[in-house]
Amino acid sequence: MSQKTEPLLQVEDIHISFGGLKALNGVSLEVYPGEIMAIIGPNGAGKTTMLNVINGVYTPDEGRIFFEGKERPLKMKPHHVAAMGISRTFQNLALFKGMDTWCNIMVGRTQKMHSNLFSQGLYWGMSQKEEIEHREAVEWIIDFLEIENIRKQPTGMLPYGLQKRVELGRALASEPKLVLLDEPMAGMNLEEKEDIARFVLDANEELGYTIALIEHDMGVVMDICDRIAVLDFGNKIAEGTPEEIKSNQKVIQAYLGEAEGE
Amino acid sequence: MLYRECGNYKDTYARDMAIFPIPFDRWGLGVMLVLAFLVIPYVASNYWLSSIMIPFYCFSLAALGLNFLTGYAGQVSIGHAAFMAVGAYASLILYGRYGIPLLPSILGGGIVSAAVGSVFGIPSLRIKGFYLAVSTLAAQFIIEWVLTHWKWVSGGVFGTVDAPDLQIFGWIIDTPVKKYYLVLCIVVPLVLFGKNLVRGQLGRNWQAIRDMDVAAEIIGVSLFRYKLIAFAVSSFYAGVAGSMITLAYYGAANIEEFNLLVSFQILGMIIIGGMGTVLGSFFGAGFMVLLPIFINQTLLALLGLETVPSDLRANIELIIFGGLIVFFLIVEPYGMARLWHTIKDKMRLWPFPY
Ligand SMILES: Nc1ncnc2c1ncn2[C@@H]1O[C@H](COP(=O)(O)OP(=O)(O)O)[C@@H](O)[C@H]1O
Ligand SMILES: [Mg+2]
Repeated sequence: MSQKTEPLLQVEDIHISFGGLKALNGVSLEVYPGEIMAIIGPNGAGKTTMLNVINGVYTPDEGRIFFEGKERPLKMKPHHVAAMGISRTFQNLALFKGMDTWCNIMVGRTQKMHSNLFSQGLYWGMSQKEEIEHREAVEWIIDFLEIENIRKQPTGMLPYGLQKRVELGRALASEPKLVLLDEPMAGMNLEEKEDIARFVLDANEELGYTIALIEHDMGVVMDICDRIAVLDFGNKIAEGTPEEIKSNQKVIQAYLGEAEGE
Repeated sequence: MLYRECGNYKDTYARDMAIFPIPFDRWGLGVMLVLAFLVIPYVASNYWLSSIMIPFYCFSLAALGLNFLTGYAGQVSIGHAAFMAVGAYASLILYGRYGIPLLPSILGGGIVSAAVGSVFGIPSLRIKGFYLAVSTLAAQFIIEWVLTHWKWVSGGVFGTVDAPDLQIFGWIIDTPVKKYYLVLCIVVPLVLFGKNLVRGQLGRNWQAIRDMDVAAEIIGVSLFRYKLIAFAVSSFYAGVAGSMITLAYYGAANIEEFNLLVSFQILGMIIIGGMGTVLGSFFGAGFMVLLPIFINQTLLALLGLETVPSDLRANIELIIFGGLIVFFLIVEPYGMARLWHTIKDKMRLWPFPY
């Protein structure tokens, strides 16, 4: 990964606290176009909080955020962030349980659909054209993720691993410039992890998506990521290639410290 | 990508995304429409037409409206009847006082109700669940109060406004059959319109908000926009229903017909009929309208209790209704519509369906 190109996303010196707790204490990160970047760190380090800051769920107390070279306000509605081209999956299952798989993925494309209420109610003209066109795009993703057999099943009933996969589909459906994945493989068995790792790699290499992900499984992170940032207690303690991180003394300590605590 | 059957795709999805993709449902709808338009008006007595079918259609439409908001978008409302009242009074004023033609007056009632509904929907952007329900309760009381105390609206006499004779371009709508057709011709297109809304992008976004609002917003669904649209569309349907029930059934607008109990009844209809289904709105309304008749004509007769006083009958109704709500909440939270689905699934698997 060439560090000379402009970062796609750059967050600078982010501070945020909840009550007395400093969840992020001046963290800066960059995500470069075309890379898979990982954020790792012990539980409670502030990884999810960082994604929430990027998505506009939390407004940081201090800091700056740049996307595609332009500074954006710290306070932004999440759906406006989505419109900029940032999509997301969640640490805890967050599918729309009452809807079928294909409908869940279709919601991911909502920013691309513009037919008005009357056109939709009459299912005529623009709305009909749009529904069919976007359904095709959704089916393409369903093929890509190999979930054809569950396309018409309510997602609430699916096994955990498949739900995570549908969520990945929903995030890719918006054809985003940046995909944020919060522990996409947590709680999976080895086979399921390998599947997701393959889809993430394919999305990056074949489809060209830029991806930032949070993951605990070091093996997977070392295998698929170009660059890694390590958070601990709201501070970034290291950043670099997998090799650099592996031998970084602070990182080893942070992880050993956690292991001792357990 | 394992395969791509080009050319075939568009055709298949277009068909898959038609309003009723399954032939059984298409036939079912056809049969219902033939019954509604061609059979019922000729075989049903005037009593059945004007006292059962007309309120059934009107309450179905009102229940569908609440289903958009509560069943699909997940925003609980216990002030739905108040929005029916807004539609009723608004269309009476448009039609009776300003001489606007009948159909525009009815739709106008819906539009006024939609506007009022969106205003009362604004709190939903800040509060959820129980607290939102309480704020819709406030809507119920505020609207009731305004309609009874604002003389410009109610004429000042106990909030009662008589409906003038109904006519469209000189065609007088006076018999039960004509009123039945008037109501049916408004309900059918609105139901099809609503069915298209809920199966399209709007309905998906509503359900996304209902199931996981934080995720929905991060994925790109504007909560502000889609919650307010839910309140507006829901109130529009309530307003049109209230307007029709006043014009074609009660013959006068009376605030008592739209009180809190009615709001609860409509909520009960969608619980019993099925949250988040169009069909369930009809099941629930049909159930509600037929229950008193069933109790009076069948149950009490069977038990040899024809002499039960009418106020006790009304209470028996409420007890059965309440009991069923509890039953459905516990046993079948998706209501009668889900039972219907289960039956259909069984039929599909049954080796000798005919
Ligand atoms: N909304 C919130 N309110 C209060 N504390 C929070 C909130 N979100 C996160 N935190 C706290 O911030 C810290 C970092 O959390 P998080 O970002 O979820 O960690 P992780 O790195 O495991 O994803 C934790 O101590 C957590 O309790
Ligand atoms: Mg986390």
